[in-house]
Amino acid sequence: MKGKKFVYSQKVAPYVFVVPFILSFAIFWIYPLITAFTMSFQDIGAIDSEWIGFKNYTKLLKDKVFLIAVANSAKYMFFTLVLLIPFPMLFAVLMDSNVVKAKGVWKALLYMPALTSVVISGTLFRLMFTEYKTGQMNLITQALGLGTYKWLKNGWSGMLALLILACWRWTGVNMLYFLSGLKAIDTSLYEAADIDGATPVQKFFYVTLPLLKPTTIYVLTISVYAGLAMFLESYMLWAGNSSPNNIGLTIVGYLYKRGIEKNNMGYACAVGVVLLIVALIINFTQLILNGTFKKEED
Amino acid sequence: MKKKYVGVLLSVAMVASLLAGCGSGAADGAAAADAGADAAVEATEEAAEEVAEAAEGEAEAAEEEIPTSTFGDANGTHLEMWTFVELHGQHYGKMAEIWNEQNPDRTIEITCTTYPYGDMHTKLLTSLEAGTGAPDICDVEVGQYPNVVAGLDKWLVPLDSAAEPYMATMVPARMQTYQGSDGHYYGAPYHVGATAMYYNVAAMAEAMGISNDEVIAKIDSVVTWDDYVKLGEEYKAAIGADDKYWTSVDTGGVDWLWIAMAEYGDDWTGGFEGPANVKLDSVKKMLTMQQDWLKSGLAMISPDGHVDLEAGFQNIMDHNIVSFPKALWFMSRFTNYMPEEKGNWYIAKCPVFEAGQKCSVGIGGTGTVVTQQSQAKDLAAEFLCWAKMSDEGEQNIWDTLGFDVCNTAQWSDDAFAHDDNNQFNQYFINYPYDVLNEIGMDNIGKISVVAISPTINEYMCTTTLNEVLEDPDYSVDDALQECQDAVDMEQ
Repeated sequence: MKGKKFVYSQKVAPYVFVVPFILSFAIFWIYPLITAFTMSFQDIGAIDSEWIGFKNYTKLLKDKVFLIAVANSAKYMFFTLVLLIPFPMLFAVLMDSNVVKAKGVWKALLYMPALTSVVISGTLFRLMFTEYKTGQMNLITQALGLGTYKWLKNGWSGMLALLILACWRWTGVNMLYFLSGLKAIDTSLYEAADIDGATPVQKFFYVTLPLLKPTTIYVLTISVYAGLAMFLESYMLWAGNSSPNNIGLTIVGYLYKRGIEKNNMGYACAVGVVLLIVALIINFTQLILNGTFKKEED
Repeated sequence: MKKKYVGVLLSVAMVASLLAGCGSGAADGAAAADAGADAAVEATEEAAEEVAEAAEGEAEAAEEEIPTSTFGDANGTHLEMWTFVELHGQHYGKMAEIWNEQNPDRTIEITCTTYPYGDMHTKLLTSLEAGTGAPDICDVEVGQYPNVVAGLDKWLVPLDSAAEPYMATMVPARMQTYQGSDGHYYGAPYHVGATAMYYNVAAMAEAMGISNDEVIAKIDSVVTWDDYVKLGEEYKAAIGADDKYWTSVDTGGVDWLWIAMAEYGDDWTGGFEGPANVKLDSVKKMLTMQQDWLKSGLAMISPDGHVDLEAGFQNIMDHNIVSFPKALWFMSRFTNYMPEEKGNWYIAKCPVFEAGQKCSVGIGGTGTVVTQQSQAKDLAAEFLCWAKMSDEGEQNIWDTLGFDVCNTAQWSDDAFAHDDNNQFNQYFINYPYDVLNEIGMDNIGKISVVAISPTINEYMCTTTLNEVLEDPDYSVDDALQECQDAVDMEQ
């Protein structure tokens, strides 16, 4: 039987196994990517579309709202990197040490928020940050005698709300990444460090940190992308895609606004392509600086 | 042979898990996109309404199957229907049963599928563009309507002849909302969404030390905005508290401005021909008046932007404001979110700038269309218009969906309008349909929803209204000029 021979062939088998991935990757990633790229040079009309060259891109450069969206996304990405790498790492080290009791409980507590839907948590945060006096944040400020504050109408406090939501949600996840990285570190290295008389701080900086580097780079890479691609959090926090003076507008929010709300798919694709390029530039720079592409040293 | 099966099984499992991964990602987006899943949604502002409820529903729906229900006669003509509100589908189901009883020779079977808001509109547009895959009948939210009606009779079936039997008594403004640029009617409306003024009679009576009836007499004598302000000042003086206001003005919604435009017969979109112009005297007058109210302490800024959000409901329940204008579909917010307020509220006509002006405007809505891809266009169009405009249809819309129906023949029908079993008739001091009759179908204005509408609404709600209302000394002219500049970029 030819078919049998084919299936059992050692040469063919690996390809058979990767086919599902390749197919779905091609259909759901490569194809949309190419289409988005070509559509970004078109004016997509109701009945027919026409090629308009770089018009979408030149308009994009002059578009003040897009620039606000880029600035917001960049700020958000920067602050999530600052908050969501060191702190989860610290928590992971604590969880791995003998300092903390009832580790399972802590891990579960920190991880739990990631399991809730952003839709629900976003709505809850919106209610907490409402400018009305019954909001959680305003109850706190009133108890401190500061009066109420319009949290979601000012730039800095709006960003604060987004960051608190992000930290609440992702600290546990990033901590687990670091925790798994820590488990992979050979304990004999710490024993050796102990024999050499290293302090816990020295052990952290000279053993843990360098050996955690692959995990850190992974977390950094996905965080850069997640920060730039944030949309749902802002959408839920402001109960829609319109925030006062666009303080909560992100690049993807702008893409949604142009593509879905205004049905201007060509322009939205241009926004998407720019987002992709920015994310690629940042991540490649970061990966090159971290030496990911260098040949592993022997 | 076993190995082979295991191999096949593994591959299938891998594909399935990959697809499942894609599916959940899409569902997330869908949930986000669904924020506007309410029939009474209007572009930017109302996209926010019922966000929690809709989103919750979608979050659940994302994991479950897309709800599909089939009604009617299995041997009849089959019609596919898409909607983004499950209740709408049930309306057609009920109507299909009645239709089959009345038309045994032309029975139908209808399958209603409820998709998340964003998904449904994207799917519809894609299938219309592709020329295949569209349903026979589809709900289209008014904010999305310009995108769909852009295809005119290449995509949609004109409903002119099917709607003809009902046209004499249909509110003209609502039919025009769903007209195409060629003048044909392509969408059938669910509701008028007529704006009216809601007054908290109980709170006013308590503060002013007079009876409910006396308060109502005072409200009924309000004709112009000047009268409205006078009554407000009287209330303010009586209650004598700094944190109690007459009304609240919106930084996240354009309802007040729509009312002002309708009163003067303006339309900032300029209709299909355009160009859009937001620097209208009616808009300036309203904004300037609101700035005065804010300065004099008569009005506050609606917490979180407008009254149709949780903070807005709380503000109403705390009696921090005792009057505000909103479309009649806001009645369901009272019954759903503020049951404690039952019996306190009275609905009246909106004040006008000059006596004799139109005093209402239709806000929000969903137009239902028949696509050219339908195999039974005429039947679908006839059924649709019957289901949304006939006596039977309107009765079911009022009973199950609670909307102010567009066929004015019902408004004066005592059994329809004064049914004391109806929850809205029970909730409010007066009968909502009495208010509609008082307004009259010709006094309900219309603001076009065209391609430029989302741009105007968005700039108003993100920037202009925040500028002029958060800082009541900000120049209205400057703010409107900025808005105009942004709008001009797009047209």
